[in-house]
Amino acid sequence: MTRIHRPAPVLNPVMLLRVALVLALLTVWEVLSRSGWLYRDVVPSLFKVAAAVYALLSTKDYYFNLGVTSAEIGAALLIGGLSGIAVGLLLGANRFLAKAYEPFLYYLGPTPKIIFFPVMIMWFGVGPESKVALGTLSCFFPVALNVAAGMRQIDKVLIRVGRSFRATGAEMVFKIYLPAMRHPIVNGVRLGFGFALIGTLLAETKLSNKGIGFLIIQAYSTFDMPRMYAMLIVLFVLAFGANAAIGRLGGLENIKRT
Amino acid sequence: MTTVVSPMRAARNPYSPRILGWSSAAACLLAMEVVIRIGWISQFIVPPPSEIAASFGRLILEEHIIRRFFYTVGECLAAGAMITVCGVGVGVLLCRFGLFRKAYETWVAALASAPFVLAYPLFMVIFGRNAWAIIVMGFVSGLPPVILKTIEGISGTRRVLVNVGRSFNLSGSQQVWKILFPAALPTIFVGVRLGLIFALINIVGTEFLINFGGLGQLITDLAERYDLAGTYAAICFVILVSILFFMVLEKVERWLRPVD
Repeated sequence: MTRIHRPAPVLNPVMLLRVALVLALLTVWEVLSRSGWLYRDVVPSLFKVAAAVYALLSTKDYYFNLGVTSAEIGAALLIGGLSGIAVGLLLGANRFLAKAYEPFLYYLGPTPKIIFFPVMIMWFGVGPESKVALGTLSCFFPVALNVAAGMRQIDKVLIRVGRSFRATGAEMVFKIYLPAMRHPIVNGVRLGFGFALIGTLLAETKLSNKGIGFLIIQAYSTFDMPRMYAMLIVLFVLAFGANAAIGRLGGLENIKRT
Repeated sequence: MTTVVSPMRAARNPYSPRILGWSSAAACLLAMEVVIRIGWISQFIVPPPSEIAASFGRLILEEHIIRRFFYTVGECLAAGAMITVCGVGVGVLLCRFGLFRKAYETWVAALASAPFVLAYPLFMVIFGRNAWAIIVMGFVSGLPPVILKTIEGISGTRRVLVNVGRSFNLSGSQQVWKILFPAALPTIFVGVRLGLIFALINIVGTEFLINFGGLGQLITDLAERYDLAGTYAAICFVILVSILFFMVLEKVERWLRPVD
């Protein structure tokens, strides 16, 4: 006898609870904005925020600044990600080097990277280079630590197979280690992306004349609250979307885990 | 007659990797000192490490770095207390009402990776440019891991312990405080540790960005005065503080972890 699988109803209790929470939050927001309990425009009306999102997405200026920030984050992810993968592979492959140098990465990883920004300005100037440098620094540690940890979890049989075929160092890296470590690498790059994004944007809010961070701090300085909320909303949506896209591009959901 | 230590034996010595790590760090500092002194790197970009070390005294006496340290630690502890109370409370509630857990656990997980610190101008508008804005910034960023780990800890409590509680006819709150909470404590502390680390990162970062408060503000001040050695020394101090913070939390976590 075959069992018939019926799709779960769209309005199940879980979905209803979620919708209820969203509606409750939106209602509280709107009531707060109209109550006059807070200073005017600290919590602007939802309609004003929606109008600001529309206005933001219809200006060319926003896309130019989004392009600048995206390029900076992309460069930071490329430099920090590649160097993180290289260092992670080195430390993951050599237990002696890992014991010598990994504690430095492990303990330096959770330090607040934004405090290095004055140093980055002195080294790379006030242009986009210092933002890329801060993004790179933020991105490097999670990628390196993830790759090193991932490399130690590779099935020893795969490594022995590579050695029994007398694979060279480069062949071991490209034919054994990297394919076996797709999952930790993609996860590391996802984490690195998040840190690169935060590092770059915070640097832009501190000192810059272009980029999304600059636009946010400009809206704050002119007390254009609907625009600031609009930018933060769009930014959060873009960040979540990019994070999910990296996971999907890396094929995280297709990886079979034993 | 000299004894020769074979490389194999040297590799087995548990201290030799540490010696290599620390001696490499010392060699890097020495190389930087030499390179800067002979002018290959401008002293106006990177001051010599000896000058950075010498400026620590000035930071303590003139810039009151210790007082600033306690200010930042106070903010962290305030955020930590709020994170622990609210995070554990929400986690317990989500565990107790399974439907809420099903509905919101994935949302909390998504919030854990949200770049909250980018909303710091928003917190300044709502709370003003003061310590509360910084504390709330730390609180918001540190809350999700505590909720998630509380859920993980409570739902991972061994069935036999829950049954023992039932056999003693414990009430709902007794079950939570006498069985579930103690059993989940090590896992909850992992969440508190993560939350406190996120809070520290965001608190120092926000202090730096809004130029208010303890250690973060000191770095901005020194950088704006172009006090290079002082800026580098303050950055080193913040790194040392976060490493120390991290190590202490790790020790407490190990102490709480049950022995198998």
